[in-house]
Amino acid sequence: MQEVMPATGVFSLLWLLIALPLAGAAILLFSGRKTNKWGPYLGVFTVFVDAVIAIWMLIAMMGNGSEQRTFSQNEFSWMFAGNFKVDMAFQLDQLSMVFVLLITIVGTLIHVYSLGYMSHDPDKRKFFGYLNLFVAAMLLLVLANNYLLLYVGWEGVGLASFLLISFWQIKPTAAAAGKKAFIINRVGDVGLSLAIMVMFVTFGSVGFDEVFGSTGQASEGTLTAIGLLLLLAACGKSAQFPLQAWLLDAMEGPTPVSALIHAATMVTAGVYLITRSNPIFDAATWAATAVVVIGVITMFMGAIIGSAKDDIKKSLAGSTMSQIGYMVLAAGLGPIGYVFAIFHLLTHGVFKAGLFLGAGSVMHGMNDNVNMRRYGALRTAMIVTYATFIIGTLSIMGIPPFSGFWSKDSIIHAAFESNTLVGILTIIAAAITGFYMTRMAAMTFFGKARWEDGVHPHESPKVMTIPLIILAVGSTFMGMALLFWGNIETWLEPVVGIKKEEIGIPDWLLMTITLVLVLAGAAYGWIQYARREVPIVAPRGNWLTRAAREDLYGDAVNNTLVVQPSFWLSRFLVWFDGSWIDGFVNGSAAFFGGLSARLRPYQSGFIRSYALSMVGGAVLVVLALVLVRLS
Amino acid sequence: MNAVASVIHAVDATPWVMPTLDYRLLAPVLIVLGAGVVSVLFEAFLPRGARRPAQLSLVFVSLIAALIAVINLNGVRETAGQGALAIDGPGLILQGTVVVIAILGALLMAERGLDPNGDAFAARASSLPGSEDERQFTARGYFQTEIWTFFLFAVGGMMLFPIANDLLMMFVALEVMSLPLYLLAGMARRRRLLSQEAALKYFVLGAFASAFFLYGAALLYGFSGSISFAGIASSLGSKTGETALILIAIGLVVAGLLFKIGAAPFHQWAPDVYQGAPTPLTGFMAAAVKIAAFGALLRLLYVALGGMRWDWAPMLWVISILTMFIGAILALTQSDMKRMIAYSSIAQAGFILLGVVAASAAGLAGSIFYLIAYAFTTIGVFAVISMVRDENGEATHLSKWAGLGRKSPFIATLFTIFMLALTGIPLTSGFIGKFYVFTAAYASGDKWLVIAAVLASLIAAFFYMRVVVLMFFTEPTQETATVAIPSVFTTVALAASATVTVLLGIFPQPLLDLINNAGVFIR
Repeated sequence: MQEVMPATGVFSLLWLLIALPLAGAAILLFSGRKTNKWGPYLGVFTVFVDAVIAIWMLIAMMGNGSEQRTFSQNEFSWMFAGNFKVDMAFQLDQLSMVFVLLITIVGTLIHVYSLGYMSHDPDKRKFFGYLNLFVAAMLLLVLANNYLLLYVGWEGVGLASFLLISFWQIKPTAAAAGKKAFIINRVGDVGLSLAIMVMFVTFGSVGFDEVFGSTGQASEGTLTAIGLLLLLAACGKSAQFPLQAWLLDAMEGPTPVSALIHAATMVTAGVYLITRSNPIFDAATWAATAVVVIGVITMFMGAIIGSAKDDIKKSLAGSTMSQIGYMVLAAGLGPIGYVFAIFHLLTHGVFKAGLFLGAGSVMHGMNDNVNMRRYGALRTAMIVTYATFIIGTLSIMGIPPFSGFWSKDSIIHAAFESNTLVGILTIIAAAITGFYMTRMAAMTFFGKARWEDGVHPHESPKVMTIPLIILAVGSTFMGMALLFWGNIETWLEPVVGIKKEEIGIPDWLLMTITLVLVLAGAAYGWIQYARREVPIVAPRGNWLTRAAREDLYGDAVNNTLVVQPSFWLSRFLVWFDGSWIDGFVNGSAAFFGGLSARLRPYQSGFIRSYALSMVGGAVLVVLALVLVRLS
Repeated sequence: MNAVASVIHAVDATPWVMPTLDYRLLAPVLIVLGAGVVSVLFEAFLPRGARRPAQLSLVFVSLIAALIAVINLNGVRETAGQGALAIDGPGLILQGTVVVIAILGALLMAERGLDPNGDAFAARASSLPGSEDERQFTARGYFQTEIWTFFLFAVGGMMLFPIANDLLMMFVALEVMSLPLYLLAGMARRRRLLSQEAALKYFVLGAFASAFFLYGAALLYGFSGSISFAGIASSLGSKTGETALILIAIGLVVAGLLFKIGAAPFHQWAPDVYQGAPTPLTGFMAAAVKIAAFGALLRLLYVALGGMRWDWAPMLWVISILTMFIGAILALTQSDMKRMIAYSSIAQAGFILLGVVAASAAGLAGSIFYLIAYAFTTIGVFAVISMVRDENGEATHLSKWAGLGRKSPFIATLFTIFMLALTGIPLTSGFIGKFYVFTAAYASGDKWLVIAAVLASLIAAFFYMRVVVLMFFTEPTQETATVAIPSVFTTVALAASATVTVLLGIFPQPLLDLINNAGVFIR
């Protein structure tokens, strides 16, 4: 059992982690044009200070024994109602620590990169304000010590995501994408709010400690219900099947946003939620199985979509879906997989942020064109971007010794420990990863130049390339560092537990099979897109390619199952409102209006008629008195 | 003790005894009436240029002094002036409210920044409308300071009205309050014929209503042999027979008071007078007369006629329903803002009558809260009306308010708050007032009356919201009025009324506690 420590020393600054970027957001968003000049630097500064505090906290935490690494800080009583009581209280443990580090460090790099990427945007100050708001909300999400506070952060990141996806709202597509993300996320949010309500009804509390401490009192049915509702929430936020459709459209947002929110941090909140709720899923087997199934489905959907898209950001978005699918399925495996879900989440956060920022750097040099069919042969034009992108590619493909290899291999291993079929599926998905990442790299940096007229590719400024280099270093060494030096397994074990099973085949053989398949996928991609001519107009392709280009008909399914029925329902309601309710309201309004018009002439303006009315009134008053007395 | 009656009986036998007067208890009224006398002297002896500052200082100093005197009486519960006056919690709260409303009303009346020619009152009331005289007086920038004399006497009457504890004192208070108001109503600077017509109507019909009251009072005295409320109450309890006499007496006395509160079918003067009178005066009158007259009606019914509750409650049922519906329905088709608000005030009187009908401590408390809430909101409404102008003075036609929200969002927002309060929307004082009055009536078993009141509120919501829609959801036209920038006088009155309207909606508890601690009328 974890001992809960009071937040003293550097940990007394827990509140500051959230307050700093929140204050930054408030200053930037409310101060008006005056802060245009220095505002963006303030935005970078708050997150940078957060990162420094976070690293300091990590050092302090490592100084404590593994049982004394949970720190709690109660700010104030947030709300009371009957026996419903929620505190504004934060909790930092090993799990939230790694999230805080990911959010603040990657966040800082992306803020710095944005200084260059957004340098010409007139609304730069607003952009940094939103980014700060996001960081504050995301930190609140991972630092909350109860589900309700977590929900506030959950909604906060949803809001920031909405604002940033539709940041260029003058583009109808961006505005629509923001709305789509927000609405689909609402479905998941309903799941989370229902889960919180069920928890309160069942356990009488929504605090992590109280809920997890009393899972034994609840029936398995209740726990399964809570688990499935939490899974629904995770599906919304992490773009898992069947709520995946918003993520591809979310690429309408500025590229740093795609890197920070829609690759590295926010979309992994679902994985955090499931991992954080591990005592519930451990006790609800069916819910955990559902998590695995959802993860596997999304892993393949994302990979297939990523293989077919010609838009570099959408292809990366498909890849993100797929990688989060890996994490979700690992989290569904229970104690066998939690640690590796988080491990992959961290490495993915770094290499996918690098890949997105790389894509942004390419777009920067290509007049914001995202179509990979008009790229090609860029390796000489932008050498830093090229090198860092390739490192990211190798990392995500799982080539040793890059970071992704260690984390993905751990997940594949854990999958085999749990279920051979799931294990085989993860290897196949890894092979597809090899294909689409090679395809992306080949179409962008190799082959012949297929640039549009007037495009002069150039390397991005240092403020953008330095974050790329730092992320590339992370993509290379972070996996090894976390596994061997940071000892991530024992680090997270007190929070999420760990379990090891024997598998039928030796580790080296499994690793080799995986690598061979990944390389085969990569080789196929290379032959298709580097050796052969890439046509500027996409060929028709087979049925799977066509389906993948249509996001595997995610929109069509939504349209048929949800949007159209909603239209029918709203048309019915409009009709009902128009003919029945309005009919009644307008009818009564017409009645009283008519009555009013008929009564008006009695207000004739003549004193004599007024006096007569008063006499009548006096008679009426007396008559009423008499009648009452008589009755 | 029926002091006056015993004095009358004692005339033959014993020599005249000086009544003992506790001047502390009479101080609030005496201060204001005394100031009225001083004000006459100011008019007579001060040079023209010094009159306005002198009168304004006199008005505000005396009103504030009167307010302090009222607060000083906090907790007092006794009769004064040989039983002619009742100084008790509810009476003092109503008196205090009258004084505060009078201060706000005086602020509106003192305003000279809105009309390019001066204040809202005629340069010379004696000059013929449209005559060369009038033009000359206006051109020379004349203005009348006699309005302040009238004003002070009217306020004195209003302060006396809710504490009058016998029929004679009540009648005197009624007339002291009304006569100056009749005059003031005829003194509008613009549209003077309309104003003079309104004043005459108000006077004639007011006199008619006074006659009802006086005749009823005479019959009551004939029945009970006493003019004091306590004496009437005790004889009602002991005497039987003479049913017709007492019922007619009650009917006539109540009819006289119902005229003052503007209840149907005694309401028809209200739209004409509200429209014709100078707007600052309308605001003051609409708010303060209602408080004073409701105070008097409550005391008469609860103290003198409390034993007859089962007779007068059903009658007030009918009056209340008539008043609510006639006010609300006729307001629907009005095209003039001041007339519409007049009908609105009729409907509001109907709602307050619910608290009277309840005939309980809760009903009394609810009515008082409603009156206070309504009074502040009304002052605010007329403050805004006096500011919305075009080249012909105030633009009271509704069409001129179209799109005002685009041109002057702040003032339109304030007016919206007042409209919401009059509708009875939560977070405004109007909601709390309605809630308490309706609850009191419901607790007293008047379920159907409450349902009727809710329906009437629904109808009323239409015309209140129509103004909001007109201001905010209609494009401004060439015709749209502009909001004149007032001086500090109107600004203070407007700010105060808006603040109270919102504060009472959010934190009603302090005032509710004050009213509940005040208890009931002394018997």
